[in-house]
Amino acid sequence: MSNGRELLRLNKMPHIWCPGCGNGIITSQVLRAIQELEWDQDKTVIVSGIGCSSRAPGYLDFSTLHTTHGRALAFATGLKYANPELKVIVLTGDGDSAAIGGNHLIHACRRNIDITTIVFNNSIYGMTSGQYSPLTPTGSLATTAPYGNIDRTFDLSQLAVAAGATYVARTTTYHTNQLRDFIKKGMQNKGFSVIEAVTHCPTYFGRRNRMGGAVEMLNWQKDHAVPIRAAERLSEEELADKFIIGEFHNKPEPEYCERYAQLIANTKGQE
Amino acid sequence: MKKPVLMQGNEACVHGALAAGIGFYAGYPITPSTEIAELLAEEMPKVGGYFIQMEDEISSMAATIGASLAGKKAMTATSGPGFSLKQENLGFAVMAEVPCVVVNVQRSGPSTGLPTSPAQGDVMQARWGSHGDHATIALSPYSVRESFDVTVKAFNLAEKYRTPVIILLDEIVGHMRERIDIPEPGTYEVLERPKTDLSPQEYQPFDAPVDGIVPLAPFGTGYRFHITGLTHDRTGFPSTKPAEVDYKIRRLTSKIEMNTEDIVEWETYNCDDADTIIVAYGGTARSAQATMELAREKGLKVGLFRPVTIWPFPEKALIDIAKDKRVIVAEMNLGQVALEVERILKQDIEKVNKIDGEPITPQEILDQIEGV
Ligand SMILES: Cc1ncc(C[n+]2csc(CCOP(=O)(O)OP(=O)(O)O)c2C)c(N)n1
Repeated sequence: MSNGRELLRLNKMPHIWCPGCGNGIITSQVLRAIQELEWDQDKTVIVSGIGCSSRAPGYLDFSTLHTTHGRALAFATGLKYANPELKVIVLTGDGDSAAIGGNHLIHACRRNIDITTIVFNNSIYGMTSGQYSPLTPTGSLATTAPYGNIDRTFDLSQLAVAAGATYVARTTTYHTNQLRDFIKKGMQNKGFSVIEAVTHCPTYFGRRNRMGGAVEMLNWQKDHAVPIRAAERLSEEELADKFIIGEFHNKPEPEYCERYAQLIANTKGQE
Repeated sequence: MKKPVLMQGNEACVHGALAAGIGFYAGYPITPSTEIAELLAEEMPKVGGYFIQMEDEISSMAATIGASLAGKKAMTATSGPGFSLKQENLGFAVMAEVPCVVVNVQRSGPSTGLPTSPAQGDVMQARWGSHGDHATIALSPYSVRESFDVTVKAFNLAEKYRTPVIILLDEIVGHMRERIDIPEPGTYEVLERPKTDLSPQEYQPFDAPVDGIVPLAPFGTGYRFHITGLTHDRTGFPSTKPAEVDYKIRRLTSKIEMNTEDIVEWETYNCDDADTIIVAYGGTARSAQATMELAREKGLKVGLFRPVTIWPFPEKALIDIAKDKRVIVAEMNLGQVALEVERILKQDIEKVNKIDGEPITPQEILDQIEGV
């Protein structure tokens, strides 16, 4: 298999991301997943919102749609629904998907429309230089939380499960093979899939929170990510500063476009 | 002609959309536009079209744009509060040059206002509601039949100029019932989306002349390109180069303004011998017509100028007809089109305005004419 260069818009490089950014790691796993599943380059659409992470589609040689902040899933819903033949992937940030786009995420989950969403969770608003997001841990520092974040953080994967997504998994930029595996499973799921990719932002999250550079932050991920099975054996205290990775949900349900196709079949030509 | 049927302006709008070949509708319920969604929910699956009720108007606008990029003729409908929410992605459609139709059945505002009362307070919002420089196409029908015609035209203009087109209905026309003849297909023009004759290798989605567009290739047809709300160059990729930015942003206006004569539509009634011209549009034009007749019975030389396209405004026609005459602009707001008329005619004009949720009556305009 080639290294995937033919799926990149190399003439758009260099990318805008900072040295040490995790966005490239996630993007490359998305590309490899597309390659391994042999998705048709001409039938694949990659949609994003606004943020550092949402700039990824610009570097990818597909039909690409860089929308407004938080709205990627709403645009993607229209696209997919209007032409179910298209394969649709949404790349989004934690602010994009959990703050301004939270409602669209909930309803995309609920509809179970066949879209694979990859959340680049760097715990911060990167593009606007480091304000706290709904996924910034309580107590962490951000430019708008100079005394420590007092907001409660929320668990986006659990939200997705509760809202009805049919494939939900979380892993990190440290666990790249697992990340690719989860992305592939999401892409293969005929329904709405959410893959939360915990990533590192050395520039705006790491530096302010004294977590070191990219390597230290990746090591932090390794030390703090606990697989679901292992977590079951740990006490609440032991889990206090940890987060859980793995597949949270994988259960097929009727897919939205298919339901509408059925509705059309039943009503078409009626007067 | 099919046999005449009794219907509302909102229903005629749906029939116009179906006649134009609508393939996708996304919306969120709001009075007084809801009948449009309800009727489309019923009709769309019958013609193999797609109907979806989204979680709000922001997402309805977004989904409409998404569907258009997939190659479908797409529409959304709303009223004031929802029109406000649509502004963000309406601007995206302007910037990314994605054809679509946005219906705003105007009700009394600001905010929640009077949900079931008519108004024409969104004229300037239609023009400038979304941030940044751009031109707007907005049409305002005055009858149920015209609601059909204007909707067909809106789809045609959207496809021709690769732009969102706004239909400014109002509660009067939206809910008014009239007996109309729905014209037979073939008796009105339906424009299909222009197709590019360039190969995917040659294709650049924004490589357009100042007064025109490049046909938009649907996603999934072998044309791989990038669409962004960031300012972009002719290839569609972000650019900050002043010359490219300048060209792009000026073109958003010039592609419409340089084609004003192709776009504008208006009607005149009894203007030839008139010394007094009423300017009125949408539901208010109905009252103005009655005023004109009352005035004529009294021997007063009153004519009516009725713009159908509010944006761009039929500027030349207005000058030809109304320059240096007594001009009275009647509208259900505090003088929005009046500002445009003043700007165009560069003369003092008179205004009849009403914002209490009641329509302007013929007598109220007549009182102005007679100086009561
Ligand atoms: C409507 C709107 N509000 C605010 C912004 C400014 N803005 C741009 S990106 C961003 C946050 C992005 O954070 P996230 O989604 O976490 O992505 P990241 O940049 O960290 O990848 C904000 C607030 C905007 N572009 N649009």
